[in-house]
Amino acid sequence: MTKSVFLGTVAAATLLAGMGMAQEGSTLAQVKERGELNCGVNTGLVGFAAPDANGNWTGFDVALCRAVAAAVLGDPTKVKFVPTTGQTRFTAVSSGEVDLLARNSTWTYSRDTDLKLDFTGVNYYDGQGFMVSKDLGVTSAKELDGATICIQTGTTTELNLADYFRANQMDYTPVNIDSNAEGEQQYMAGACDAYTTDASGLAATRAAFADPENHIILPEIISKEPLGPAVRHGDNNWGDIVRWTLNALVAAEEYGVTSRNIEELVRSSTNPEVQRLLGTSDELGAMMGLDAEWAKRAILASGNYGEIFAANIGEQTPIGLARGLNAQWTQGGLLYAPPFR
Amino acid sequence: MSDTHAQTVPFVRDTMLPAAQPPDNQAGAVRWLRENLFAGPVNSVLTIAGILIIFFLVTHFWDWFAHSVWNASSLSECREIISATWGPDARGACFAVIRERWNQLTFGFYPSELYWRPTMTFGLQMIALAPVLFATALVIRRTVLVITAVVTLAAMIALGSPMIWLVFAAIAFAGGIYASERNVRWLVPVALIYPLAGIWFLWGGSLWTPIFILVGPALGWVAWRILGKRLPGVGMFAAILVTILFWMILAGDAANDAQNLIPMSIESVRSDRFGGFLLSVTIGVAGIALSLPIGIVLALARQSDMFLIKSLSVMFIEFIRGVPLITLLFVASLLLNYFLPPGTTFDIILRVIIMVTIFAAAYMAEVIRGGLAALPRGQYEAADALGLDYWKAQRLIVLPQALKISIPGIVSTFIGMFKDTVLVTFVGLYDPLKSMPDAIRANIEWKGIYWEPFIFVGAIFFIICFAMSRYSMYLERRLQRDHK
Repeated sequence: MTKSVFLGTVAAATLLAGMGMAQEGSTLAQVKERGELNCGVNTGLVGFAAPDANGNWTGFDVALCRAVAAAVLGDPTKVKFVPTTGQTRFTAVSSGEVDLLARNSTWTYSRDTDLKLDFTGVNYYDGQGFMVSKDLGVTSAKELDGATICIQTGTTTELNLADYFRANQMDYTPVNIDSNAEGEQQYMAGACDAYTTDASGLAATRAAFADPENHIILPEIISKEPLGPAVRHGDNNWGDIVRWTLNALVAAEEYGVTSRNIEELVRSSTNPEVQRLLGTSDELGAMMGLDAEWAKRAILASGNYGEIFAANIGEQTPIGLARGLNAQWTQGGLLYAPPFR
Repeated sequence: MSDTHAQTVPFVRDTMLPAAQPPDNQAGAVRWLRENLFAGPVNSVLTIAGILIIFFLVTHFWDWFAHSVWNASSLSECREIISATWGPDARGACFAVIRERWNQLTFGFYPSELYWRPTMTFGLQMIALAPVLFATALVIRRTVLVITAVVTLAAMIALGSPMIWLVFAAIAFAGGIYASERNVRWLVPVALIYPLAGIWFLWGGSLWTPIFILVGPALGWVAWRILGKRLPGVGMFAAILVTILFWMILAGDAANDAQNLIPMSIESVRSDRFGGFLLSVTIGVAGIALSLPIGIVLALARQSDMFLIKSLSVMFIEFIRGVPLITLLFVASLLLNYFLPPGTTFDIILRVIIMVTIFAAAYMAEVIRGGLAALPRGQYEAADALGLDYWKAQRLIVLPQALKISIPGIVSTFIGMFKDTVLVTFVGLYDPLKSMPDAIRANIEWKGIYWEPFIFVGAIFFIICFAMSRYSMYLERRLQRDHK
């Protein structure tokens, strides 16, 4: 009984303490006071967010959390990673449990409006694809009429699949799965002819097979999946900070600012764009309530966009994703950071 | 007469025949087989079908187990080793993932240099449990405590525990075993305080916090001593009030001041570092310890003659039993966040423990109500005839019998609840069965691994649940007062 009394008291005390502290402050002020950024991430997705053997988080989405923490708090390690599931992720943002959601979430109309989120940009342009075994003899998704398809339930991919097959007047039998691991298992066991999910996920799955050469990813990409960080509606300054941190990483790659040459560029760069970005001229940081070197710290956290991409999911990694749509606009991709001015 | 007899009876045996061997089909293995496996056509068919299934399973999975690889740093390395050792088409289990990541499946993200702390917590817990679980059987108590002490201390040494805590644990075990040999009732206070100590060992922080939490009831007791003699009702009320007021107003500041004055603290560990079996066992033990007393109170309340108490209890039990546990967990993790003011940090593990506890308590209440209903009416009447008041009658006559009847149901509820702790995966906590293996699979080295973590985690769950079930059988035997 001692324990029950104690727990009840702790609960009551915490409640009261919470009410005492309750204040309608800006997210920026809260994060600074807490000294820590609460960042919602995936509970585990290859290349995007995963804890290693020591519990340190790494990944493409994780790097964005660290960049924001570096910009705001001056320390990329001051991040509390809050693992969120597909069901809890958006509630975690709107209830204030996390300040920022960097969890490979697709930016859609209803999420932006109805769920009262603000997507502050796109850090990865994904799209839904299909993987089939070579033995099936299929070379195009258009030939999948009548196929059984492994599909994760409760995701946008499920709806896209239905749309695509209806639009092309084809039939399919869905095999519902709950997680990537289960999907791979079903696909390998032959329970379905094709496995569909985001193309980045397919690449990672295929890379982990014992015989990747026997499986092909079909050329059709049947949906647009712009994955981006999301914040709560209503705190525009905080949204700006996240948006421009991402833009700073993208712009840094465009201007050739890397974590390696940044110190030198701070001293010697004559490019006015670079000077403004790194805070050596003008005071851009002050406009969002940060200091002048915010972008420099964000880039130093894990490098510019290109470095983050290469380190986590790029062609040198086992996942081996090409830049594709995620290349700079100058390289034929979609990354286009607005000017820092 | 004997002659007559000899003439009328042709043959009289005057010695016993030597005992012969029973017929072949009535002895040894053959008899056992006939009785147990081939007693009639239906049994024979079932036996053959069972043997075929086992044969099928073994032939299909034997090579997979036989080709296990325990030493590798990634799944692809496992595959290389398997194909190099047993040929390119061989398949095999890659238990190397368990070897590499056993710590995360066991402790989650708990700091690795502090692994000895949960180990010590759950080891010392057996001392606190001794007066509860093994109150009467000295030999069993001795065996359990000595084995626990040896295993815990060995594990603490292996996990790099500091010498001072090793000595502390050794002294605690020695004291516990001594008390259990002399008089196990001496350990009852340990059992009462241990939950606080356990929380402190697990989460760390300042030692002054649990101390000042204990000061609250002590002050309440003083208030009750002063007022209780003259005004019993007021005294009880004042005691509770003093305790709660002390906790809410003074305890926090006092603990801080004391900490500043004489720092006594161990490294604190946040709830988001908990995971794997550490999380399951923490939630499970807390839920078990809390749900039984709450369940008893609820069951008694449901039997009560007082309308308000009875209807509140019925509403609570029926509501909780009518709602899936996952719903309650979602309420704990998501809905509460909307109701609580922003910036509130109401520990997620605490929220989950509360929800799991009330869920198990509702089921527990019905199990115990079954025991109460099974008790003959005469027992209640006998208690009344002896002039016992309500609480004495419950404590001395009704509950001991009702709880004894309910043991199988109670332990079933415990086992079910312990297994349900893996549902916390849905609120983003790292349970050992799904979230933690999925997080491990999210590293490219182990992506594609599937059955190995399931087998490991399933085996540990089986061991724990089987132990609980065996304990309940022991308890039933011990409490048997059959009037056959």
